[in-house]
Amino acid sequence: MKAAVILLPGLNRDRDMIAAITRISGQPPVTVWQTDTTIPDVDLIIVPGGFSYGDYLRCGAIAARMPFMKALQEKAAQGVKVMGVCNGFQILLEGGLLPGALMRNASLKFVCREVELEVSNASTAFTGGYAQGQIIRCPVAHHDGNYFADEATLKRLQDDNRIAFRYANGTNPNGSIDDIAGILNAEGNVLGMMPHPENLIEQAHGGDDGRALFESALGLVAA
Amino acid sequence: MIKARVIVTLKNGVLDPQGKAIEGALSALSFDGVDQVRQGKVFDIAVEHDDKAKAEADLNAMCEKLLANTVIENYTVELV
Repeated sequence: MKAAVILLPGLNRDRDMIAAITRISGQPPVTVWQTDTTIPDVDLIIVPGGFSYGDYLRCGAIAARMPFMKALQEKAAQGVKVMGVCNGFQILLEGGLLPGALMRNASLKFVCREVELEVSNASTAFTGGYAQGQIIRCPVAHHDGNYFADEATLKRLQDDNRIAFRYANGTNPNGSIDDIAGILNAEGNVLGMMPHPENLIEQAHGGDDGRALFESALGLVAA
Repeated sequence: MIKARVIVTLKNGVLDPQGKAIEGALSALSFDGVDQVRQGKVFDIAVEHDDKAKAEADLNAMCEKLLANTVIENYTVELV
């Protein structure tokens, strides 16, 4: 399976993401610059984390208006797997690929720590390598991860099993509604999440709980 | 030249932690009777031409496409 990583000015987790994909799949992802109007044929497209455009206006707002977004929307509509992590999640929301919004953390503080995540839906293209309800460790590092959606949208996410990850055991770091850490689109091929699974993929990281997510998304385990 | 002011505010029901913190700081400064603070954004935009109708339409489109996130924010456009 081939992967692509989107690059934008101000991202800083792109190299971690490229390293994780290379280590896990054995081949480096192709990279797509923000002004590229086409994305090569790949099976997985990742928008990594960081601070694109300095978080000006709203996190991810400017990035989501760059030329690559139209190509990304087309690929997502064709069923290609798309994953946004942290700023990448914010960019997918601003680009309309996922519903809701990410607001300033309820504490108003930047949080950089490890949290626990519950795999709330293990029957997705991204989470098949986990057991339903499994609790995994995962680092977070963000200032605006407080997920918000109106009541109707939240109910739809809950009823349609589109909440992939929830913060578990009281570790919600940002006040996110229903402890939401990651959500899927209606078709299940777009995942957005605030935590950084790419930073926990081998023992040198202190654990590899994030690895199964990449193995699932890259088709290395049966979904 | 047309000058406009766009105001973007959080919708009712959307938690505003920054507004809450400001509220707390005002009360710490002994300003009594502040019921609520909601923080928003102001954009002062100058348009090159003098076509008011076009300016208004363009500014509304700017809000929809970029300046506001209509999931959580409302906006108003005022020509000044």
